[in-house]
Amino acid sequence: MHTKSIRELADGLRARTFSSVELTQHFLERIARFDGELNSFVSVTQEVALAAATRADERLAKGDGALLTGIPIAHKDIFCTEGVLTSCGSRMLENFIAPYSATVVEKMAADGAVMLGKTNMDEFAMGSSNETSHFGPVKNPWSTDCVPGGSSGGSAASVAARLAVAATGTDTGGSIRQPASFCGLTGLKPTYGRCSRWGMIAFASSLDQAGPMTRGAEDAAILLQSMAGFDARDSTSVHQPVGDYLAGLENGLKGLRIGLPTEYFDAGLDTDVARSIEQAINEYRRLGAEPVEISLPNTHLAVPSYYVIAPAECSSNLSRFDGVRFGHRCDDPKDLEDLYKRSRGEGFGPEVKRRILMGAYALSAGYYDAYYLKAQKLRHLISDDFRAAFERVDVIAGPTSPGVAFGIGERADDPISMYLSDIYTIAVNMAGLPGMSIPVAPVGGKPVGLQLIGNYFDEGRLLNVAHRLQQVTDWHLAMPAAFA
Amino acid sequence: MQWETVIGLEIHAQLATKSKIFSGASTAFGAEPNTQACAVDLGLPGVLPVLNEAVVRLAVRFGLAIGAEISRRSIFARKNYFYPDLPKGYQISQFELPIVGKGELTIPLEDGSEKAVGVTRAHLEEDAGKSLHEDFQGMTGIDLNRAGTPLLEIVSEPDMRSAREAVAYARKIHQLVRYIGICDGNMQEGSFRVDANVSVRPCGQAAYGTRTELKNINSFRFIERAINFEVARQIDILDSGGEIVQETRLYDADKDETRSMRSKEEANDYRYFPDPDLLPLELDEDFIEEIRAAMPELPGEKAARFCAEFGLAQADAAAVSGQRELAEFFEVAAGVCGDGRLASNWVRGELLGALNKAGLDITASPVSAAAFGGLLQRIADDTISGKIAKQVFEAMWRGEGDADAIIEAKGLKQITDSGAIAGIVDAVLAKNTAQVENYRNADPAKQPKMLGFFVGQVMKASKGKANPKQVNELLREKLSG
Repeated sequence: MHTKSIRELADGLRARTFSSVELTQHFLERIARFDGELNSFVSVTQEVALAAATRADERLAKGDGALLTGIPIAHKDIFCTEGVLTSCGSRMLENFIAPYSATVVEKMAADGAVMLGKTNMDEFAMGSSNETSHFGPVKNPWSTDCVPGGSSGGSAASVAARLAVAATGTDTGGSIRQPASFCGLTGLKPTYGRCSRWGMIAFASSLDQAGPMTRGAEDAAILLQSMAGFDARDSTSVHQPVGDYLAGLENGLKGLRIGLPTEYFDAGLDTDVARSIEQAINEYRRLGAEPVEISLPNTHLAVPSYYVIAPAECSSNLSRFDGVRFGHRCDDPKDLEDLYKRSRGEGFGPEVKRRILMGAYALSAGYYDAYYLKAQKLRHLISDDFRAAFERVDVIAGPTSPGVAFGIGERADDPISMYLSDIYTIAVNMAGLPGMSIPVAPVGGKPVGLQLIGNYFDEGRLLNVAHRLQQVTDWHLAMPAAFA
Repeated sequence: MQWETVIGLEIHAQLATKSKIFSGASTAFGAEPNTQACAVDLGLPGVLPVLNEAVVRLAVRFGLAIGAEISRRSIFARKNYFYPDLPKGYQISQFELPIVGKGELTIPLEDGSEKAVGVTRAHLEEDAGKSLHEDFQGMTGIDLNRAGTPLLEIVSEPDMRSAREAVAYARKIHQLVRYIGICDGNMQEGSFRVDANVSVRPCGQAAYGTRTELKNINSFRFIERAINFEVARQIDILDSGGEIVQETRLYDADKDETRSMRSKEEANDYRYFPDPDLLPLELDEDFIEEIRAAMPELPGEKAARFCAEFGLAQADAAAVSGQRELAEFFEVAAGVCGDGRLASNWVRGELLGALNKAGLDITASPVSAAAFGGLLQRIADDTISGKIAKQVFEAMWRGEGDADAIIEAKGLKQITDSGAIAGIVDAVLAKNTAQVENYRNADPAKQPKMLGFFVGQVMKASKGKANPKQVNELLREKLSG
């Protein structure tokens, strides 16, 4: 059952080949069997899952339900889930039982999705390797001495090892796409504003977006259909109707103009990864698409400006974790200052502290213009690059990450090299565009991701472009043998 | 050395909306601690602010009332600092682009002239919660009911030159915000808070001196006292060769002094930046025009109209139009009785006198405007005299009914039947033959004065009900005969 797509499972449920309870139990057993090694879940919500599966079976028995009804999925532990621990990968929230659910969680629950548990992640989504989690690193199912990527590493590893049919992730600078790439999954970061951020613990508010992490593009379309939509509780969510993501999946690609940015194929890119990307582009040629060389001249500004804006926003967003109302509080505070210093000092890990410090510095009097304002201007330049490109092409393609999954601990002491693993994904967040990673030919047994970037609200086209490739290739069906 | 005082005020007016600026929680005052704070107000992980449109309308109304620029685009910014009653660790405010730009209003000075005071800006922000330092042994309680309450911070230019002027300005803003219905103006409950920036400089010097900011002033009386104390303190320091430290000082009403709260060096770097959770606030012309069209008449406009429509003197018109509810009361009463001057005299005299004595606001008057007008109508149509009317008003105040019912029940109707009055006059003259004799023999120049005795006797005999004018006429006629 764990090798099937959502549509196959939905058919099986409707044909009574298996029930949602049986399906859910199957995945719970797999989690029990494999997750001790992978550490992809922070919480497994067995009772909640079985209760939801029972309700799903009742709905299905009445002939009701959506494609997601009865399908066991996992939520990244950044989404608030009522009555369930919502830790955000941090000691700060290791005792935080959310009193309400995120909109994305509510919407998927309303469609009958069954939550198996909450997945591990880099602390407050800050990281590209899942090593900054308070709950320990997650292992890559393809090579357990390697990282799964981050920050949605738990979601990526759990779906790659088929411990969940699909999972939600969030992406601020590549946190869905990079782990999807490292774990051989399809991951989609929608246009900024497409999915509600209500109940999604904020890292960098102007960049954060929720999205699906699945095996294939069709599954991603099914998840996004459920997750997307305007939400009056999020002022930055966009009042625009959600398209039918499944309807256009089969569209032909003849004449599709695929932009290949020269800046994404420069010296920083691993040559083997480059070959895999070229192979995929050749597949697109065969499907009738027309690759076009383009330039995104301000690409090199993305990482430095991101590392001003994202930390600036996070330094403010994380101020609420002060030990006063919820979350970690130090023992026996002497006075208010001691309460703040020790609660935050003990509750946050080093990467989070580093970013809070960077952000507070960038916003402080006398530096604001030189850092924050300057970075905002660069952000406009980056967006303008894409705007110009989309006048010439329909989608942009390139590598998701410069290399494949690296070893656990390999970059832990080198934050700059860690930050550079998001060099191709960050610009997409800065511009607010939708971006996707899909598996292409692996290198040395490790997955490689092809990044597809679309114009604003063109998720439907991205899914279509991804799906067509997946109809003629089987990279997305590969499974790590150890977790069969 | 001669010193000149320079004062600017920052006024926080709590906007009179039912719900908070960024959440749906109630803003009602006085509820049990933390019962009016929702997930957003508590700053729980994952929550987001959504701007309350009513707040925007009230801010625009204020901007229009002072003829200020209304920003077509304004930005919410985060003011970052740690404090236990600030749940998110930042306050959402407006910094670089406030909703209301430059405006102006005029204040009355003591010499009867007027002075223009500039308003630099007015911006929207959320209030913090309250720290409760009492009742918790060795701990501090936090009440977040107030967190997220909408405030309009109105910042003046440093245009005021004395504590009196500052008070006049504060009163003017206070009158205005209540008039246009955007704030209840309650200073005790903290709905209207005044901070004063105070400095002194040698007379004739253009540059401003170093200022201090005075906080915790919760009445108009204290504004004057706090500023006067602070000015004297600063002059003392400067006269003895010292320097003023830029700092925030708290006013202690019990000791009538200001004391240092924090200096500039200890001040926070608030790390302002645009709030990424809120889009820029864009206002279109239609929205602004709709608010302009629904603007209530302002005090000055009302006073001018009262002068023109009712023939009131300027000072009287200003007095009855100072408070919106009072002006409305006046206008209804004037309409019912058909005599604006009579209504103005009675509203300012009897009505306000009785309200003050009872410690009541016009909105709590036991006599309604229509009923009051009904009483005045009976003066105007000679049913009762002004003197009797005071008696009727007292009965109305006690709730004994409307004017006509009381006049009827107590038989207070004025006697205007000349036959009946003549009968009383004849009786009085017959009883006072000696006085009649004296009158008739007196110097004609002294006679008017002597007439008073007879008028008094007739009024007494009629129990005050005889029409005084007719009594005078009849007496003169009969005494001369």
